[in-house]
Amino acid sequence: MAQIELRNVTKSFKTGKVLEGLSLSADEGEIVCVFGPSGVGKTVLLRLIAGVEEPDAGSIWLEGRDVTDAPPETRGVGIAFQNFALFPHMSAYDNIGSALTARGASAATIKAKVEKVAGLLKIGHVLSHAPRELSNGQKQRTALARALAADPKIVLLDDPLRNVDAKLRYEMRLELPSLLRASGATVLYVTQDYKEAMAIGDRIAVLLDGRFEQIGRPSAIYREPVSMGVARLFGDPTINLIPIRPRAGDGGATCEIGGATLALGPSHAATEGRSVLLGLRPEALSVIDAGAPGAFPVEVVAVTPLNEKTVLLMRMPDGQEIFASEAGVENEARQPGPAFARFDPARVLAFDEATGARIGGGA
Amino acid sequence: MEHTSVVERVVRGVLIAAILAFFLFPILWIFLMSFQTNEQVLRIPPSLFFEPTTINYASLITGKLQTSAGSMDLAFMQNLGNSVLLSTCSVALALVLGVPAAYAFARFKFPLSEDIAFTLLSFRFAPPLLVLLPLALYFQDIGLNDTYIGLIWVYQLIALPLILWIVRGYFEDISPDIEYAYRIAGHSWLQTFTRIAIPLAMPGIAAAGLLAFIFCWNNFVFALILASADKQPVTVGALAFVTASGIQYGQIAAAIVLSVTPTLALALYAQRYLVEGLSLGAVKG
Repeated sequence: MAQIELRNVTKSFKTGKVLEGLSLSADEGEIVCVFGPSGVGKTVLLRLIAGVEEPDAGSIWLEGRDVTDAPPETRGVGIAFQNFALFPHMSAYDNIGSALTARGASAATIKAKVEKVAGLLKIGHVLSHAPRELSNGQKQRTALARALAADPKIVLLDDPLRNVDAKLRYEMRLELPSLLRASGATVLYVTQDYKEAMAIGDRIAVLLDGRFEQIGRPSAIYREPVSMGVARLFGDPTINLIPIRPRAGDGGATCEIGGATLALGPSHAATEGRSVLLGLRPEALSVIDAGAPGAFPVEVVAVTPLNEKTVLLMRMPDGQEIFASEAGVENEARQPGPAFARFDPARVLAFDEATGARIGGGA
Repeated sequence: MEHTSVVERVVRGVLIAAILAFFLFPILWIFLMSFQTNEQVLRIPPSLFFEPTTINYASLITGKLQTSAGSMDLAFMQNLGNSVLLSTCSVALALVLGVPAAYAFARFKFPLSEDIAFTLLSFRFAPPLLVLLPLALYFQDIGLNDTYIGLIWVYQLIALPLILWIVRGYFEDISPDIEYAYRIAGHSWLQTFTRIAIPLAMPGIAAAGLLAFIFCWNNFVFALILASADKQPVTVGALAFVTASGIQYGQIAAAIVLSVTPTLALALYAQRYLVEGLSLGAVKG
């Protein structure tokens, strides 16, 4: 049974339609990341599920129950807000215990549960502090502890790592999945960091222009994005998009880039004769010094070593700039100057230039 | 780190002392007057040195004023009691009505909400005398003239807009997410209002209540027209010191000292909440 189910949820504000016909279903114990650029309505979606906003149309089902019109206090969800929203006049202990108090738990139960979750999140030593006395990281953990303390079946997390420093964000990215899995709750996790979404989510729901553009496993979304919009959101540096017009050739489509004729292989047969954008992940490009079949000429403009990888900014003969990233440090000798780039046809994506939909490729 | 020279500090100290002397001297002078007889007050040149007497306070408290023209009754203690009763009840009623209303104006957008809020504020713009004369006639018709209830009702013109507008701002400053978080944790909106919104707006409520109390306490014209002697507050009661045999400066000073005391005590008491509330501050990340 789906623990969280959205059926055609639509919500608009005075400024316009924010969410349009959203449908999503999350199973027990699943972590679904809602990912999208800022201002796309991710927080609104969580508020709809929590019950502090009402949808204009559609219905929301939690634990098999239609809660579309139910007030928030009856929905039994745990929530952590992006700005923490701790109760400033209560100690961390009372903050974390608030949902238990509301359920009428005994003082002993509250103490046991608060201390357990505080121990898991390593804030046991600051329970007596007021929120203003906590560091940002402790505030964030207190907010998480408050969401989890009453063992809710459904946990909503609104970009909980947004306001913490990079080191803590990295630690929490590693700790959170096991912590959430141990709680057994169904989690909806909102983020605008694709790495966070890929690290934490069992599935990712990509929210773009008020719709779920794609819902799928992180690897599937990265390798087989349904559209150019999704492909551009994942990856750093972002995916290169090169306009081409493939022709039929020996053993599949071929195209011309920078004067070189390149084979796209049989998987891209559907692109023949259409205007498409070739989607090349920076790591799918390899840069070689001498020309070779399947390579096109580029000018390396800048070399940025980033320890585990080296990012190259290159200019193609027609002036378009593209990125390549090379793993490791073996290319320390790489210098700006003329070079050639080539790619594995099996790893490239092709998008329709007009609609942005993916046509072929990917694996 | 302070980067002030000695000269700067001295000049600053002198200026602050001058300003304090300018503003506090009248209060000090009244305090001294309250321990003097009328003759001592009126002697020329005035002197800071005199033999203090408590006769002014004694006559106020016993209600018997001895003058050269004979003895007369003073209702000062009753006036003081009326002031306390009228101001306290007015502020209490205004808080009970105004705080929930302020919350509604802060949190919910309903038709005409801004217009209603502004209309309430506009009560503070109109000269009281404008409404007072027709009001006095109506009050006579419906039997509210010269009653505590009638006065407390009219005092809402002073207290309610003040509380509504000050407290509304404080409610607006509370992040709605904090209230949402409390509701989602399983509390009803009423619990959220009483346990989150009110405690967080407490400094504003205390400040507004204090201000409203002082404004009610100092009101003169409403009580002058709408109340007779036994319902009058100190502001109106003080008129009795202007007697046929002259103005009783000593008693007036003592009456001022006595009537300032409750508001001063309240301000000192409420100060704790004002400062405490400010230090709660924002807890945004």
